This record gives sequence, structure tokens and C-alpha cells, in this order.
Amino acid sequence: MAGLVTKNSGLLVKLFKNVNDCTKRLSSHFIYYPDNEKPVEGETAKMNMMQAINNAMDITLKNDPTAVLFGEDVAFGGVFRCALGLQEKYGKDRVFNTPLCEQGIAGFGIGLATAGATAIAEIQFADYIFPAFDQIVNEAAKARYRSGGQFDCGALTIRTPCSAVGHGGLYHSQSPEAFFAHVPGLRVVVPRGPITAKGLLLSCIKSRDPCLFLEPKILYRSASEEVPVEDYTLPLGKAQVLREGDAATLIGWGTQIHVLLEVAQLAEEKLGVKCDVIDLQSILPWDEETVCNSVKKTGRCLISHEAPLTSGFGAELAATIQEECFLHLEAPISRVAGWDAPFPHVFEPFYLPDKWRCYEALTQMLKY
Amino acid sequence: MALRTGASVLRLSALRNAYRVLSTNTRPEVAQNKQKNAEFPGAKAPYVTEMNFLNDTSYDPIPIYRVLDNNGAVLDSREEPSIDNDQLVNMYKTMVQLTQMDKILYESQRQGRISFYMTNYGEEGIHVGSAAALDPRDLVFAQYREVGVFLYRGVTVTELINQCYGNHEDPGKGRQMPVHYGNKQRNLVTLSSPLATQMPQAVGAAYALKRQPDNDRCVICYFGDGAASEGDAYAAFNFAATLDCPVVLLCRNNGYAISTPTSEQYKGDGIAARGPALGIRTVRVDGTDALAVYNAVKQSREYAIANNKPVLIEAMSYRVGHHSTSDDSTAYRSVEEIQKWTKDESPLQKFKMYLESKGIWSEDAEKTCLKESRDTVVRTMQEAEKKKRPHWKEMLEDVYYEMPPRIQKQMQQMEEHLKKYPDKYPLDQYQTD
Repeated sequence: MAGLVTKNSGLLVKLFKNVNDCTKRLSSHFIYYPDNEKPVEGETAKMNMMQAINNAMDITLKNDPTAVLFGEDVAFGGVFRCALGLQEKYGKDRVFNTPLCEQGIAGFGIGLATAGATAIAEIQFADYIFPAFDQIVNEAAKARYRSGGQFDCGALTIRTPCSAVGHGGLYHSQSPEAFFAHVPGLRVVVPRGPITAKGLLLSCIKSRDPCLFLEPKILYRSASEEVPVEDYTLPLGKAQVLREGDAATLIGWGTQIHVLLEVAQLAEEKLGVKCDVIDLQSILPWDEETVCNSVKKTGRCLISHEAPLTSGFGAELAATIQEECFLHLEAPISRVAGWDAPFPHVFEPFYLPDKWRCYEALTQMLKY
Repeated sequence: MALRTGASVLRLSALRNAYRVLSTNTRPEVAQNKQKNAEFPGAKAPYVTEMNFLNDTSYDPIPIYRVLDNNGAVLDSREEPSIDNDQLVNMYKTMVQLTQMDKILYESQRQGRISFYMTNYGEEGIHVGSAAALDPRDLVFAQYREVGVFLYRGVTVTELINQCYGNHEDPGKGRQMPVHYGNKQRNLVTLSSPLATQMPQAVGAAYALKRQPDNDRCVICYFGDGAASEGDAYAAFNFAATLDCPVVLLCRNNGYAISTPTSEQYKGDGIAARGPALGIRTVRVDGTDALAVYNAVKQSREYAIANNKPVLIEAMSYRVGHHSTSDDSTAYRSVEEIQKWTKDESPLQKFKMYLESKGIWSEDAEKTCLKESRDTVVRTMQEAEKKKRPHWKEMLEDVYYEMPPRIQKQMQQMEEHLKKYPDKYPLDQYQTD
């Protein structure tokens, strides 16, 4: 076998190079806009999103002796390396592999939280969270309510990599946030980069409610920022206005925020208009106030997400904005989303709501 | 797993060895590996050259452990647990109280006074036998037919009936259907309807207990033979074994899941046979014999805590009552079958005769106990019925730790709506500001 590899290594290198080129081409549907504002004063370190998440979990394991981290393949650091070095540092009883069973992982995590431990569960890909849907929807989300507040599993956080990665096909690309946005009792959070990932993850872990933390996997390595080294949190249920303007409000979350920031830039350069860009951050409960205040100001709203259009979370936003901002709206609310198809492999460039589709929708909306 | 009897195993291996000696020249590979395990990482096993499929008849059925016979006599005196007389009487009184509560609440559902009920007939022995063997601090995850555990732990009939009525004294605030009890103070985790979901949760809770310094607590998880078919059951068994959790997994195998007999639920040797297959210490007991259940749970508890390992107990019983008040079980089983289990295999009857043989129970005591139990339930029901339901605003509390603005807004909308249409809603049955 070794001989075969050596013999064909030239060919393999060529193949890998081509695959890498291919990956690069497919994954560059956005430019990363790093965060420049520091949420807290103090020492910072350059971290990509994977390192920021690792750092948040490191802080948790250090400060909270009940905290445990578990899932499929987390012991050696995780398939995306987010748990790297944590087992060596905190021991096998705190960072450990589970059998390959998502419903078990979620149920096990609920039990840990019920008995008073802080549980950080990892589902390897958000595409594989559906076997745990029952445990998350019927159990975790309803535990406090059904017991009259006697029991809860607020100390549970489920982390899972989500969204497009360039070549993930049907089961390594999904954005399932809307499925969970219909579940009272659950918090659903999506960060846009290293600084928000660390602050929001620490908030989720400390939150008294069960949280689903969706990590856009394409940002794990491509996004890099000066992240505060110390423990800090960012508020859950709060959106963030990243860019200000008066022509339109652009709303998104996760990777799509970077697409929208570029669209706003394009609009300014090509059309001479300025837009509000809002990172929703928390899908559930979501920040109605920030969103509606912006739309009341701009009178136009474009919502964009990678997940399919029909019953995507954009529908909830559009319906609420329509109800709250009816007299302020100058144009129909525009939704630019993934098509109503499973997430395809070779057609990814045509499937994603990229900057050109968003830009076109924005120009049409401005002309309306 | 209960392999064939020792003698037949010996005979079989003697035959095999003879065969190997004779065939050494033609089959050198057998002699060469000398029963050493192969090097596959997935199993520790030797090679054989004879193909041998295994099936459900490859093993003897797992036997059913019992302490008492049908007349309440101890079968083997070494197995009689040393439970003091007060506790024995308390166990029996709990069974009587449970049966009386079941009778009256079942009837009250039939009269439309509560919306739903599930009885525990035939399984009372599992409840009190297991509950008596546990420490009150052990955490209980139950399915729904384990009310005897709640009663034995000291949850009052009043608390249980308040839950069934969903009045303002129900700690669950009237949000769940009747029978979905829970009691934080007594370490009884609130029940939910989805089957088997509590199983991996119990395992996770056991893991959390294990990590507490000087842990002397375990978790017990009850489930039925039907629930054991759910994916969550397999998840629980496997996680409990691989993650070394001090949990007692107690299956109530009562022969039916609503109308489905066990013959349509599984083809193997019940639930117990699955335990060793997943590396779990396992025992099968007579669930109509409270002392057998007591012994099994007591030992399992000690083993689980001392070794941080799970134990599986399959308690065999018969669901004497209907599945629930929404079910008529004579539609799928004969009255004679039910009668047999009511008469000959009643856990109450066996336990009563045991107490009588010890001279700590009498017909007079029986009469007084029955009357007291019945009176308690009737009086409590009359009181529970008079109590108002919680304020309608409780409908929107406890969804989150703090109420998010959107839910606050919805509460306000409902408040305004009720101001406008107060006569359209049964507000007089609920508490007011």
C-alpha cells in the first residue's frame, strides 16, 4: 500500500490540488468581514472560530467543575477540532466520546442537566440532529414548563456545525434553525464569527434555558479575529446592527451576514445607498424590537438565509414585520433564500442565496 | 446470557476437542490458533472452522427469580430479606392505598370528573418492592405506571389527586394530563408522555451523580416492555454500559403495550436477554413478588454505586387493568386470562399472606386499612374538586426561565381579549388576580 502511494503520489498531489482548487472556488461565495469592535476591554488573541469555541469550552471546564463535554469523536478533539486538547487538560470523565447515537446524546445531556451538571453536547453535523428531534422538542424544551418549574435542563447546550461548506451535499450543509424556531422553551443561536461565537456560546452555556448553538462550519477556519482572552458573554435574544443606513434593512445570521455586508457595500458603491445590516444572532427568542425599529426607519426589508424559502425563519420575520411596520413599508418584504430543494452537491453555486441574488433583490426592492 | 446448562456445555466442548484432535492434520489452522482470540478490534473471540449460527433457542431462557410462592410462603429461607416489620406493613399499606386510589379515580374518570386515568393493577409489587430497596435520595425516572413508588416515597394522596384535577395546588400547575406526577423534593423526576425518552436521561443523570464527590446515590429508571422497543431504550442501554453509569434500569414486562402482546413486540427472550448482549449485568424477577423485586433492586443498587455500572432488571408481571381509561382491554384479550392473574397471582394477596404468616397482619387490620385508604381518597377528591384551577397566566409562565418579550406581549393580548369576552371563557373555575 505504501509503495502504491509513493508511486502515485504525483498523481495524488495533482488530484488533491484540483480538489482544493475546486473547494476554494465553491466555498468562496462570501468575503469574511471581521468584527472590529471588542465586546470587552482587555487582552486579546488572534483566533479563528474553531479556536474561539475551544476557548469558550476551556473557560467553562475550568470554572465549572460539573461541566462535561461529549459527543461523537470529541475525545481526540472533534472532527472540526473544536475540542482539541480539552480531554488531556480536563480528563476522560469530563471530555468523552459517546456511542454513535444522536437521540442518546441529547437524552444523556438532558439527564446530566436534570441532575445539576453543565452539559455541552456535540452533534457532529446539524444534518444529523433529527434523530434527537424528539428529545430536544418534546423533552428539553418542555422540561421546565411541564414540571411547573420543579425540574429543568437549562444547563444543557447542544453545539452543532451547520450550513454550507462548498461541497457538503445533502447531509453536510443543512441549516435546520427553522425546525427549532417552532419550539417554545428552546433557545436557538447562530454566531457570525469568532468573537460572537465565544460570547454567545458562553451565554448559552450559562443560560437557564436549553440552547441549540448552530456553528456555521465554513467559518471554523476561514474566520479570524482578535478575540478577548477572558470570560465574556453576549446577550441572548438580542440582534446586532452591524452597518447603518436608511435605504433598506438587510437581515440575516451566520455566514449569510457576510454576504449581506458585501451586498450593502456593493449597494453603496454602485447605487449610492446605505443599508442597515442586522445580525439576528438569536433565532429564538428573537429580537423583534431591533428589527422593527430598523424597518420603521428604512421602510424596506430584505431577509436572507441559506435554508429553503418555504417556512424558513424568514417567513416568521416577514410576517411579524408586516404586522408591526405596515404603515412604514414602502415595498413588499423580500426573502432571498435557498431554493425549496434538498441542498445539492455540484449545484451549490446556483443554490445559495449569494451576493448577486441578494443584490438583485435589493435593486428590485429599491425600484419598487 | 444464560447459556445452556453447564453439563451440556461441557459435553459439547468435549466433543469439539475430540473432533479437533482427530482433524489436526487436515485442519492445521484450528490447532495453530489454540483458542487464542483473533485480533479484530471489534470483538474478543477465537476463530472456529465450523459455521454455527445462533438464534433465540441457542440459549436457555433467563429464569425468573422469586422469593415467595403463590401462598406467600418463602421458598428458600436464605433468600428472605431482612426488612423490619414496620417497613413490611408500610409496603403492604402502600399497595392497598394505591389500589384504592386506582379504583376510585378510575371510576371518577368514568363519571367525567377527571379527564384521564391509568391504573396500576397487578404491578403494585414492583412499585413497593423497588421503592423500599432504594434510598429516598436516589433519583427516579418513571414512565407512568409507577405511582406506588411515589406513594412509598411519601408523596401524599392529596398531592397526586391535585395533579389529576390540575387545581392550583398541583405543583405542575395543571399543565400536564393526569397521572404525570413529579416531585422535586422527593427526587421523583416529572413524567412525560413520550415513551422511553426518560431512559437515556436517567443514564445522563447517573453520570452526573457518579461525578459528584463521595457519591452514594444511584438512578433508577422504570419502563415497560413496549417502551423497550423505542430507539431511546437501545441508546440508554448502550450509553449506560459504555459510559459506566450507576443506573438501575427496571423493565415492567406486563405482557402488553396497549393492545399489542409481547409476541408482536419482540422475538427474543424478553427484555432481559438484551442486557448481557450490551454488557449489562442482568436479572429477571417475578414482579408479582415484592420481596423478589426488593432483593433484586437492593443488590443492583449496591452493585451500581460500588462499581459505577448499570444493572438491568426485568420484572415479569401482568397488566391486570385496562391500559388506560381510553382503552377496553377485553377487545384484545379474554376475561378468563385477566381473572387468572387477578386471583392466583395477585401481588397484594401474596404479600398479605406473607405478612399474616409472620403474624404482623390480620383481617381486622385489613379492614381498617381498606377503610382508611378509601376514606382518604374520597375525602381528598372532594377537596380537590372544590379547589380552583391555577390563574390562566400560568399557561405562559415557565416556558423560559425569564419570560421573553414576545410571550409577554402574547400574555397582554390574551388579557385584553379576556377583558372584552369574559363570559366566553370558564374564568370562574380559575384563580384570579
